Amino acid sequence: MYDTILAETITITGANGDAIEAYSARPLDSAPRGGVVVIHHMPGYDRATKEITRRFAELGLNAVCPNLYSREAPGADPDDAAATARANGGVPDGRLVGDVDGAATYLRSLQNSNGKVGTIGYCSGGRQSFLAAASLPIQAAVVCYGAFIIGTPPEGFPLKVTSLEPMIGQLSCPVLGLFGADDTFPPPADVEYLGNAIEKAGKVKEFHIYEGAGHAFFATDRPSYRPEAANDGWAKIAAFYGAHLS
Amino acid sequence: MCTYVTETLEIDGSAKGQAGWFKVTDASVYFDHPVHAPQAHTLNIDLRAPELGPAARVAMELSPLAARDLAHAILKIMESVPAELIEGDEA
Repeated sequence: MYDTILAETITITGANGDAIEAYSARPLDSAPRGGVVVIHHMPGYDRATKEITRRFAELGLNAVCPNLYSREAPGADPDDAAATARANGGVPDGRLVGDVDGAATYLRSLQNSNGKVGTIGYCSGGRQSFLAAASLPIQAAVVCYGAFIIGTPPEGFPLKVTSLEPMIGQLSCPVLGLFGADDTFPPPADVEYLGNAIEKAGKVKEFHIYEGAGHAFFATDRPSYRPEAANDGWAKIAAFYGAHLS
Repeated sequence: MCTYVTETLEIDGSAKGQAGWFKVTDASVYFDHPVHAPQAHTLNIDLRAPELGPAARVAMELSPLAARDLAHAILKIMESVPAELIEGDEA
């Protein structure tokens, strides 16, 4: 079996035609395959997210993670870049969609692409994965404990995010949602409301809420890591992409 | 959870970072996941100089108890300082 993977920093064209940094990990096998845009969490374009990107390549998918903070902090350490982005109120929705669109275009341009692209995002990236799926032609979207997909942050939060509820009818693909029962952003009640709203709009969703897990249960470098939920979650992701990106 | 809870403010002072001392103009205070501290959530403080770039930052990640102790110590000291020693402070 030929399993060589190439992982490297590249430049892609993001929103407004901007050249932005991205981390690409892809199998060199020439057989056609789908691709995944990995949307990093609020702490940034960090080592943990790059590991996730490589894992998708190991699963046989082309993967790319755009650095959403390329413009604010080119070349900065991920934590410094995240601090700057936080102080600026996060990533504007329109720019995020443009950056994901650029990442998807990159994936579809690869010689071994079958033309299908999925998204996945964690934490704030979970909301952004949903946003991309409601804004772009995507074949499968995964949301990992994304908060504020519905509802808006409490007054005083510097995050410039709005509810995506009016966009649910525009979803271009099925949504796999993985959440923790102990999470408060988003709380299980919001997850249930979102799931019902997706079904009411005639769209397809597969949601799992893990008992004994809270926010960031996939994060192996944090105390929130819950191996049982994470292992099952990875299996669910592989099956979901296997069904929709093959 | 990601709390997202953040206060940002303008400040006046100096801080010492990787490249030595620099003038800081902005601060972010937030309760969220740390990068380095071994807790799920910490009180984080960034003293920043955006004009000098993202790396011009002095960062702290404090346990909730340590954050409260530090805040009380700062206020205790400031309340004990004679008014005539406080220059250019409109507060």
